[in-house]
Amino acid sequence: MKSIHVSTTVNGDAIEFICAPEDSLLDVLRNRMGLTGAKEGCGTGDCGACSVTLNGRLVCACLVLGAEAEGAAIGTIEGLADGDTLHPLQQSFIDHAALQCGICTPGILVAAKALLDRNPDPTDTEVRYWLAGNLCRCTGYDKIIHAVQDAAHKMRSA
Amino acid sequence: MALDNTPKRVFKVVGTRPPRPDGVDKVTGRALYGADVSAPGMLTAHILRSPHPHAAIVSIDTSAAEALEGVKAVVTAADFVRQDDGSLRDVLDNCMARDKVLYDGHALAAVAATTPDIAKAALKLIKVTYKALPHVTDVDAAMRADAPVVQEGRSLETVPDGMSQNVTSHCEFGHGDLAAGFAKADLVVERSFTTAATHQGYIEPHACLASMTADGKADLWCCTQGQYNVRTLCAAMLGMEASQLRVTASEIGGGFGGKTTVFIEPVALALSRKTGRPVKIVMSRDEVFKATGPTVSSSIDVKIGMTRDGRITAAEAHLRYSGGAFPCGTVDMGAQSAFASYDLSAVRTLGWNVLTNRPKEAAYRAPGAPQAIYAVESVVDELCQKLGLDPLDVRLMNAARKGTRSSYGPTFDDIGLIATLEAAKAHPHYVAPLATGQGRGLSAGFWFNFGGNTCVSLNVNTDGTVGITEGNPDIGGSRAAISQMAAEELGIPYDKIRTIIADTSSLGHNDVTDGSRVTFAVGLATIKAAQDAVAKMCSRAARIWGIDEEAVVWVDGAAMPAGPNAGKFPPMTLAEIAAVSFNTGGPIAGHFEFNADGAGVSFGVHLVDVEVDRETGATKVLRYTVFQDAGKAVHPSYVEGQMQGGAVQGIGWALNEEYIYGADGRLQNAGFLDYRVPVASDLPPIETVILEIPNPGHPYGVRGVGETPIVPPLAALSNAVSRAIGTRLNSLPMSPPRILKALSKG
Repeated sequence: MKSIHVSTTVNGDAIEFICAPEDSLLDVLRNRMGLTGAKEGCGTGDCGACSVTLNGRLVCACLVLGAEAEGAAIGTIEGLADGDTLHPLQQSFIDHAALQCGICTPGILVAAKALLDRNPDPTDTEVRYWLAGNLCRCTGYDKIIHAVQDAAHKMRSA
Repeated sequence: MALDNTPKRVFKVVGTRPPRPDGVDKVTGRALYGADVSAPGMLTAHILRSPHPHAAIVSIDTSAAEALEGVKAVVTAADFVRQDDGSLRDVLDNCMARDKVLYDGHALAAVAATTPDIAKAALKLIKVTYKALPHVTDVDAAMRADAPVVQEGRSLETVPDGMSQNVTSHCEFGHGDLAAGFAKADLVVERSFTTAATHQGYIEPHACLASMTADGKADLWCCTQGQYNVRTLCAAMLGMEASQLRVTASEIGGGFGGKTTVFIEPVALALSRKTGRPVKIVMSRDEVFKATGPTVSSSIDVKIGMTRDGRITAAEAHLRYSGGAFPCGTVDMGAQSAFASYDLSAVRTLGWNVLTNRPKEAAYRAPGAPQAIYAVESVVDELCQKLGLDPLDVRLMNAARKGTRSSYGPTFDDIGLIATLEAAKAHPHYVAPLATGQGRGLSAGFWFNFGGNTCVSLNVNTDGTVGITEGNPDIGGSRAAISQMAAEELGIPYDKIRTIIADTSSLGHNDVTDGSRVTFAVGLATIKAAQDAVAKMCSRAARIWGIDEEAVVWVDGAAMPAGPNAGKFPPMTLAEIAAVSFNTGGPIAGHFEFNADGAGVSFGVHLVDVEVDRETGATKVLRYTVFQDAGKAVHPSYVEGQMQGGAVQGIGWALNEEYIYGADGRLQNAGFLDYRVPVASDLPPIETVILEIPNPGHPYGVRGVGETPIVPPLAALSNAVSRAIGTRLNSLPMSPPRILKALSKG
């Protein structure tokens, strides 16, 4: 089938790419743009390691077609920091030892930011349910919840 | 200088919580994992897998696949060097089936092509003629004399005559007079248990990139817990010399034991050799479930006798483990660990490994121990219930301590079980009120911990910073812990040190990151390498000062004149010595290599409160506390992380996770939707209490901490659920259907 030309915005940068109709947004990000921060843990939307935002909505990039990025604004882990200044969530994850192997971390950070954008003062239970689509096999989630809450607190106080 | 070898108990850096050196890379998406690299001219490969649980391979015709445009090479078992060594042959046969396919998902050919789609299309053009054979996936069924034989001729001499050929090994541990012990008991409880196979469930699928050139040199990038082991295995399978194969470990997206062997790495190398181009292989999640990992499945009988005041008089366990279609020694570790928490005068454990048509077992966090200890701790709990005894008091009364002859032979040195049990007893969790319908369970747990072959280099840079080169992939923050120990020993700040993980050509052999060995053994080697560098720096200072090097000591990061020369010269810091090193004898480096022993066993105790929904059968974990002896917690946050992560993996094992095989011998739940690992909303906070009973085998007292925490949750959850619903389940996982079934019987 014929390739598709797509114009999109990724982390604020205008990007054009060509993809096959069946290519997922995750394939395009990782293999055509070199943005390997989003990970493929399952390819079926079950693990959340490929979490990105599409026009502000949290999605699994493995369940979105590359062609759907046309005219959209994509946000990935690579766009979370402001230049050399880490986002408070990123700093908080380091400070609270909220990562071990780190493979789920980009997806969890993107998802957590999407939560705090909507709800700057979530309860622990709200954080746990919001992140229920992001599997972490190392931490048992405890330090992740603390890190998100501490970042939320700092962002509210800023 | 004279080295002070008394155990260190006062620390400046060890015990603090600095940021991990790989933190920024991992929160920005910059860290490179197995699937994150590409190479110019790279091909992509996919693997053909058996749809049958057991079948003879009559023929494989790859000609149509090879003819497809874009296909560059196809490999089968014929492309690898046949192995004489049994365990190596098993690893190879697992990577590429030779004469028979032994489980659903067993690999038997691979295609490298210019695009993933072409490689996948080519798989469909490979014509395999199978002769289906009867299969068996249940451990007890596979032991029966008339069971289908998975592999012939694999039984060791230890196996008693008359058993199925599927029984490959037998082991026995223990001491004392069992009959006399049981005769002294006021109550004897004997129960049978089963546990399902579970998967490590690392979020990163196996991935590698291999590149071999026409002169036979090769580079391999892969996610692994041990690049040296990958080199050893792949070099043998491809007939290469070790020096010609450089293996670099990527950042690793979880392992838990499952990345201690090879699956796709030799395949990528063989395809690269055949095509002359780099070849990348990334497994799908379905492949990860079907063809890597799982733990053993088990069937266990436990018999324990107890006096009415709670003293165990005799204990016996029979363990039947299946590590899938290949011989597997995990049952030996189960048999050794089953009763390790107890001080017993009469104890016996017998173990059998059994072949089934399931994927080859890979290590999973304390391999073999969770199953055995689940069964033992369940029976201890039932005895406590029946005799009306407090389960913590009973464990304290019977706990192994320094001087106890362990159930597997050695006599324990300083161990932390009593302190850990006492900490649990003193904790508010143990006496917190429970509502109706809720239950509290507890379990002790044990793991041996390993040492092993280790090699570390430490380079002192001329600007006063230090680089450490070690050879063990960092799966939970070990680079931070190693930098901390070096900072402690050298007397310089943590942030002056950078620790990196070497490829196989840059440093001598290091055993796999397993057995909770890294912080212990690599840490110990780092301390010794630092001492080596310190001795050299003292010697340089002595030369500068014109005094005997024996008269120089190292204090707080500086060489100081000592003895009769004390105070004659101002101290020279590491940075000052390093700055002039080119004029005093050249660069300064420390090195240490050894085969470590003295790892120091580890005990943990877990407390859990649950509530069971009687309509749905779902179990809610309400509160969870982990108590564990860490010897010395180098970076307490990462020790807590191991305790929490292990506990949650154990919770998943206890409540939901299992390999489900149909009557057709095929795996029915090869995905995260149907193989359900715990998610954030399933769980409460996991509280942690770190005990520090120093390990005599480490200068700072460090013990491995990574594996023990997965051991207690299985029984702790089962004991809690049993107390909550008033009936005991003797089978894991306690998934909602099983709970409902138990409730309907009760």
